[in-house]
Amino acid sequence: MTPGTVALSIIFGIMGLGSAIGFLAANKRKLNLEEWAVAGRGLGLILVWILLAGETFTTFSVLGISGWIYAKGGPTLYVLIYLTTGQVLIFFLGPLLWELGARFRLQTLGDFFAQRYGSRLLAATVSLAGVVFLMVYLQLQLTGLGIIVEVASFERVGRNPAMIVSTAVIACFVLSSGVRGVVWVSVLKDFLLVGVAVIVGIGLPYLHFGGIGPMFAALIKARPGFLTMPGGTATLTHSWFISTILVDSLMFCWPHFFASAFTAKNGDTIRRNAVIMPFYVLPLALILFAGCAAILISPGLRNGDLALLTAVRATFPPWVLGIIGGAGALTAMVPAAIQILTAATLLAKNVYRPYVDPGMTEERVARVARIAVGGITVGALYLALNTSPTLVGLLILGYSGVAQFGPGIVLGVTWRRVTSTGILAGLLCGLALAAALSFTGRDPYLGLNAGLFGLGLNVAVVVAVSLLGSRQPNGFAAPSAS
Amino acid sequence: MLKKPSTLSVLLSLVPFTAMCFTVSLWDRVEPTVLGLPFNLAWILFWLVLTPGIMWTVYGIERRR
Repeated sequence: MTPGTVALSIIFGIMGLGSAIGFLAANKRKLNLEEWAVAGRGLGLILVWILLAGETFTTFSVLGISGWIYAKGGPTLYVLIYLTTGQVLIFFLGPLLWELGARFRLQTLGDFFAQRYGSRLLAATVSLAGVVFLMVYLQLQLTGLGIIVEVASFERVGRNPAMIVSTAVIACFVLSSGVRGVVWVSVLKDFLLVGVAVIVGIGLPYLHFGGIGPMFAALIKARPGFLTMPGGTATLTHSWFISTILVDSLMFCWPHFFASAFTAKNGDTIRRNAVIMPFYVLPLALILFAGCAAILISPGLRNGDLALLTAVRATFPPWVLGIIGGAGALTAMVPAAIQILTAATLLAKNVYRPYVDPGMTEERVARVARIAVGGITVGALYLALNTSPTLVGLLILGYSGVAQFGPGIVLGVTWRRVTSTGILAGLLCGLALAAALSFTGRDPYLGLNAGLFGLGLNVAVVVAVSLLGSRQPNGFAAPSAS
Repeated sequence: MLKKPSTLSVLLSLVPFTAMCFTVSLWDRVEPTVLGLPFNLAWILFWLVLTPGIMWTVYGIERRR
């Protein structure tokens, strides 16, 4: 067998095992919308931890972290931090969001806005924007997956066929088992990912430099200044670092966070989860070590995203490459599945139902959501197959974009006076400003993350419009749904 | 509406933000290396491990209220 065949068989074996777990997980359960979208709100601490970790640790965190440190150096450290500080915010906000979710039977971010502000226009706008950002994120997972299979198979399997096959598999297990299937695939993925982090994070430095310390010493000597900010960039300075951590700490704004948070058994589960989550960031530090090693092992790559896998391929036997590739593929499949599921539910429940067929039953919503899974999958696949450089810009816009939901969520539970008109106006202004800065190459702008400017304008407009308008009822003050 | 957390909880929760974010220009350097790691990376890892401890304390405070 050629090295490519060995590695590929292991990758497909792991993907097959993952998919089988996904299909079996929902066995014997009646798959209504509540079960499909939020697992009947019955998951305990460990499963919620795995689910939230599963959606946070994506191919972007594996290929992206190592790729960023390879290309940009020091500024990459921000990733380790916002994942931690973001949990501090979730600690305070999460239990309340869960409680509201259970009391008013909310299943999506759109439901939250619809219930609090009583405006279907606002809920549909948030949902549509959410779907767009999810599609961008999804496209990145698929591209990452394609890269993994391509490199691990020694270029024997092309990126495009790999993406098409695996996307079809993901769509199938989302359709058949919903969020519960994703959780169980995530269990396998997490075990593999931690193992892989240890292998590459410790193995690469030891095999090439005799240890992590000597590796860093060699790197500091070869590239002085690279491991501090702005590293290999001109613009990613300390002010960029602080502002980016602040904006990205609003990660609870991602629609799939809401979906996952609602799967918990109770609010306390979310809170304890937020306490222990930073431990899960430690494997990412190991991936970062591996990326640092790759700088010296495989210098001169034009695409930083290939750095980790190229270094691994040059160092380890094919079967190790296969395991790493398989873990990487699952790391793409899990978040992709959550994102497809969330986007489909948003479209069916918060856009299609209120505008096309308000009298629709939950069963019908579930059916429309399943059709939407097909549409979203094909759309993201199309984006992934026709990647253009502007999509990197789109991802940055994705993060600063979802942050614009922040005022609607936070003020919605802290300020009685806030109105739906205010939130909608603020959201549109914030999105427009963040997009304008990103698309004209002004991110960072004046040394700060573009999303922060959007957020500042957003909050100012929300406060001004809310105070000028008349009072509106608070949907969370209403009696509960059940 | 969000139940206001105690002042102590808020102050403790600001520690990770202060240590790992706002003070970046104080610790973003390579020397001295700690256990072979560049200083900035070692600093972050140290606080990364400490943060669950801090938040566990906050958890205890909020639960008692």
